[in-house]
Amino acid sequence: MATKNPTFSRPWRSGTDHFPDVHVLAVDDSIIDRKVIERLLKITSCKVTAVESGSRALQYLGLDQEKSSPDFVDVDLIITDYCMPGMTGYELLKKIKGSANFREVPVVIMSSENVVARIDRCLEEGAEDFIVKPVKLSDVKRLKDYMFGPATTIHEDNNKFNNINKQDKGSFNKRKLQQMSEISPSNSPSPSPPTTSPSPPTSASPSPPTSASPSPPRVSCLSSPSPPTSASTSPPRVSCLSSPSPLSPSASPSTPPFSPSQLDSPTMRLKVTNSDEA
Amino acid sequence: MDGVTQLQRQFVEHATSLYREGYLDDQFTQLQKLQDETNPDFVVEVVTLFFEDSEKLLNNLATALQQESVDYKQVDAYVHQFKGSSSSIGAQRVKNVCVVFRNYCDEKNLDGCVVCLQQAKNEYLLVRNKLEALFNLEQQILQAGGSVPMIV
Repeated sequence: MATKNPTFSRPWRSGTDHFPDVHVLAVDDSIIDRKVIERLLKITSCKVTAVESGSRALQYLGLDQEKSSPDFVDVDLIITDYCMPGMTGYELLKKIKGSANFREVPVVIMSSENVVARIDRCLEEGAEDFIVKPVKLSDVKRLKDYMFGPATTIHEDNNKFNNINKQDKGSFNKRKLQQMSEISPSNSPSPSPPTTSPSPPTSASPSPPTSASPSPPRVSCLSSPSPPTSASTSPPRVSCLSSPSPLSPSASPSTPPFSPSQLDSPTMRLKVTNSDEA
Repeated sequence: MDGVTQLQRQFVEHATSLYREGYLDDQFTQLQKLQDETNPDFVVEVVTLFFEDSEKLLNNLATALQQESVDYKQVDAYVHQFKGSSSSIGAQRVKNVCVVFRNYCDEKNLDGCVVCLQQAKNEYLLVRNKLEALFNLEQQILQAGGSVPMIV
């Protein structure tokens, strides 16, 4: 179990071409899963701190004390298991979202159980995404990709991605993330095809996890340098299936702010219910 | 056919049979992707952790099921853990037994649980032996100066 000394915060986005390291706090009571998730994250060029429980996570974040500590830890993403003894991932999520320092940090929940009610509850509470275990490389790449820009693994030569993203993609990403949470997806059960997405729209087919399906480039948010008002698609909010399907892009920018919950995402629902979980 | 080629063939045969017979699933392949020159022993390390964890769990399960008054919640918690870890490394048959095992826990069916524990143990031992044989072949190939074939 890795521990790290708290560091002073850095500007979240440096605005330079060099993409700052993403620091992920991973929480899982299973030593096997911790090892795997740590490796998955490191391979996608993240810095990782892995802890074994919700309470250790709060300790690390300095949230277990009455007063907030003067130097808080710089964490860009928290990924946590749902089922843990003591504090569940859901309870941890609530505590994080209830904190002043970390409520903006995206929290992703992992669970071996694909229970719609559970997923909904987590998303309602502000979870960014929900990954069904076992976690695959494509899940982590996709996650990192839509949250922080295209994932370049230490194996891949993704020069093409680097070339596309000469702009200050950092702040663009954050704006996009907020924008996506404000877009009101349509209530129709079928996802409508995107208008400008370069990624192929897929229907919500039941998808047993396959290793053969590559993580498609999720550059749709990033390849259009135009302001968020363009109808570029947002990536799916649930990664239990590796085949992506865009959310309905039909909302116009004048759509009133919508709860950040992705509950109504038709795509997500379809994916979730079609997913087979033993 | 030289020694290395022979070993490589054996390796491929053995590995593919593990997938074919359902001992391993795609998640094991996923683990391979995480191994490289900087982490050349990653798979062995994770699997070793799994072996250690599993043995503890199996012991705990045996003890729990021997109690006067069985605490099915506790049993279920152990099985859940076992299901999770086996799933994470791709030990499909072990995982499948755990699924059935949890159903018996829900029903508080002691006989069912006892049978499942035995099955879980058997499947665990089988996959352990097979993985050890696989790693052994890997080692031999590497020591003979060959490279380990990729199984996709």
